Amino acid sequence: MIPVPFTYQRAGSVAEALDLAAEHGEDAKFLAGGHSLLPLMKLRLATPEVIIDLSGLRDLSYVTDQGSYVAIGALTRHHDVEHSDVLAREVPLLAHAAGQVGDPQIRHRGTIGGSIAHADPASDLPATLLTLDATLVAQGPGGSREIPVGEFFQGLFETSLEPDELLTEIQVPKPAAAGAWSFQKFTQRAIDWAIVGCSVQDGRVGLVNMGGTPLRAAAVEAALADGAGPADAAAHAAEGTSAADDIRATRVYREHLARVLVSRALTEAAARA
Amino acid sequence: MKVDLTVNGNDVTADVEDRMLLVHFLRDVANLTATNVGCDTTSCGACTVLLDGESVKSCTVLAAQASGHEITTLEGLAHDGEMHPVQRAFHQEHGLQCGFCTPGMVMAIVSMLKENPHPTEEQVRQGLEGNLCRCTGYHNIVRAALAAADEDKVTA
Repeated sequence: MIPVPFTYQRAGSVAEALDLAAEHGEDAKFLAGGHSLLPLMKLRLATPEVIIDLSGLRDLSYVTDQGSYVAIGALTRHHDVEHSDVLAREVPLLAHAAGQVGDPQIRHRGTIGGSIAHADPASDLPATLLTLDATLVAQGPGGSREIPVGEFFQGLFETSLEPDELLTEIQVPKPAAAGAWSFQKFTQRAIDWAIVGCSVQDGRVGLVNMGGTPLRAAAVEAALADGAGPADAAAHAAEGTSAADDIRATRVYREHLARVLVSRALTEAAARA
Repeated sequence: MKVDLTVNGNDVTADVEDRMLLVHFLRDVANLTATNVGCDTTSCGACTVLLDGESVKSCTVLAAQASGHEITTLEGLAHDGEMHPVQRAFHQEHGLQCGFCTPGMVMAIVSMLKENPHPTEEQVRQGLEGNLCRCTGYHNIVRAALAAADEDKVTA
């Protein structure tokens, strides 16, 4: 399978990437690690006319401790998030979740920014960043702006980024109880996307693949705030979700999985506290 | 467009279509056919090569993205007629049946052992999540990886 013809451009800086995006508009797509976009292009589900390769923007690959939060460059690969000492210490949930993405080869190429901007509700990191209440930084022709992650995911593969904006940084507030986390993922084969997944930190619960966007399990969080235990709170895990019926699982089965996985996650996070 | 890659230590320069995949560049331009196209969907790992020393699936990398970088394929492992320890371990442990997944398996294990020289069996199995063997010969592949990690046990 080969993509339809396109023009490849390699940007040498954020400014150059933004200029290329402004020049080509909606005909262009940014390419980070390429492990979401290239498979879609090979299937011809995506047919951009211009590819703006960001791999030359080495200065967007970093994990730094900023005091109250950890800053992660958008082009930091899953492999580097997984093995970051700063994240292992301050946000172990995110380091662990990054290590659950795909397989080692995919983690050597895929980036955190690419995964977030692609906005696949079945991906591990978008829901995890919801759980961590992250802030996303985007740069566009008019400068940079901060986007709360809760306002970022608009629909299936849709975000609040403008076509001429580039996601440059993910800011993750340090959790109050960094060690009290859990990440659960149910797959049929090791490398599959989650049929359902969830993550837990500081009383927040994120759901993978329970709707058109990654979701917070608001009813579970409300029950926890009212003092419910893991099993009672997890009984609300499917409320407000809109999971798909597809070849891998029925909606009813996904709702069952959500309750089971959230219960396990809350129990594990509490045990780690 | 013009791309310039270092493949197994050799400079390979060519004019290729912007959309050419790295695996096709390796097979059809560099004439290195050990790297197989299996699923072509980033699942099976048969096309695994090293990019700057790390395992990647070459069906999901553009030749253009790899321009300026170093690629190692299975052909680049042996030196002076001496097999690489991972290759010797596959031979000793009978780590292959039909052989189609083998180049990708070997390259994935070379990369894994570079990151974690002494993995446990569980770590080997997790490290090979991205490589499928349709003969289901996984047990001997895992044995080969463990043997290669303990080179003294690999006899020539």
